[in-house]
Amino acid sequence: MKKKEKAQILDEMGISRALTRIAHEIIEKNKGTQDLVLVGLRSRGVDLARRISQKLKEIDGMEVPVGVLDITLYRDDLGSMGPQPVVRKTEIPFSINDKKVVLVDDVLYTGRTIRAALDGLIDFGRPRSIQLAVLVDRGHRELPIRADYVGKNVPTSRAEQVQVMLKEEDDVDRVVILEPVNC
Amino acid sequence: MGLKQKDLLSMRELSAEEITLILDTAESMKEVSTRDIKKVPTLRGKTVINLFYEPSTRTRTSFEIAGKRLSADVVNIATEKSSVVKGETLRDTGKTLMAMNPDVVVIRHPAPGAPRILAETLSASIINAGDGAHEHPTQALLDLFTIRERKGRLEGLSGVIVGDILHSRVARSNIHGMRKMGMSVRLAGPATLLPRFIDQLGVEVFTDLEEAIKGVDVIMMLRIQLERQGRTFFPSLREYSRLFGLNLERLKRAREDILIMHPGPINRGVEIAPEVADGPYSLILDQVSNGVAVRMALLYLLMGGAS
Repeated sequence: MKKKEKAQILDEMGISRALTRIAHEIIEKNKGTQDLVLVGLRSRGVDLARRISQKLKEIDGMEVPVGVLDITLYRDDLGSMGPQPVVRKTEIPFSINDKKVVLVDDVLYTGRTIRAALDGLIDFGRPRSIQLAVLVDRGHRELPIRADYVGKNVPTSRAEQVQVMLKEEDDVDRVVILEPVNC
Repeated sequence: MGLKQKDLLSMRELSAEEITLILDTAESMKEVSTRDIKKVPTLRGKTVINLFYEPSTRTRTSFEIAGKRLSADVVNIATEKSSVVKGETLRDTGKTLMAMNPDVVVIRHPAPGAPRILAETLSASIINAGDGAHEHPTQALLDLFTIRERKGRLEGLSGVIVGDILHSRVARSNIHGMRKMGMSVRLAGPATLLPRFIDQLGVEVFTDLEEAIKGVDVIMMLRIQLERQGRTFFPSLREYSRLFGLNLERLKRAREDILIMHPGPINRGVEIAPEVADGPYSLILDQVSNGVAVRMALLYLLMGGAS
């Protein structure tokens, strides 16, 4: 289905402010960055996790490690959508045992991706806690999952799509809502 | 993106894009084998049957481990202990297995084309794990993966396959695979073990090993398959070893960064000297580890779009 842009929700400055606030909230809630690790979900969650880590360093002076999680092997819809999605690498080069893990993703929608990520993460060890940070929460949850840190809450309809564009992959920092075009 | 066909029967039928997809997927799968918990739930509830009409340790074990790391249920059938010895035909065995609803059947058979017969009879995905002297596609894929992992690319590299080309399904699959990925391929062996018209596959043929290994990036040694050679193809093993065995002395003629491969099982002291097989250039054990990753990738990719 063809989609066209309906509205811009965040620009470059907006994204930066949201991530700065999330970084402050992470420090506040965890009373610093001790034992903290970030795990970004492929692919834009990884870019966001790296940015948050950078901001944490600016605020607290500590290096917070960033891991990469690809949830493809944990999806609940494999085999039901034609060709298999491409599996990419998971790289968590540190132990998550007894760590406070903050999962980072771009958009929180049905919650199924996060369900898969929780399964994936727990295969790597037993963290002390797992928290969730997202740039956009667009509602329509299908599972009992919520985010601890939200950049922006955006009411949407299911027919719409939230698209996050980041300089690392898309050459521009912006978040937009796309709506279907009636032909 | 995905594999176009239901089955993996030969390298000849794969495109360069499909080979690249399989190798890329295998790269991601390899990480799973490095974890403490070496298992992901991807193929939960899927059934893989290993149907082996010929002895095999590494290939069968490799498929079994690959299936289990993806949470599939894996059943092994060794035909010498099955109703095949009571005279059941391949088609009937296939239909019987199909009645139990497997998703993938991995078959090794002494007759070339046996996997294709099964693929046409059954709705499950069929993976050829070696059919006579025809093809052994998963071996070629893991070989390509191993070379790419070391060199960072395949395009523009050159390889030589040495030994019993006539009886080797590994050679045939690798010739197709390497050529498709842009490698140049040489073959070397005694004239009696080089099939006629093999040069039509776009390879250079040598009967002098020392000439053949000059300048190439990869040497792939093959096992002398005494069990397939109904008659004598060379005067003695000792003479074969003297002319076509890879030893340290001979290796001095190869490039300094040469890679040495062997699909196994190796005949130490026949086609390859122990110092070479265990030496720093040897990738023999990398090939085994990578076999699991490549087979995981295939099971994953075949179980997607096919049905």
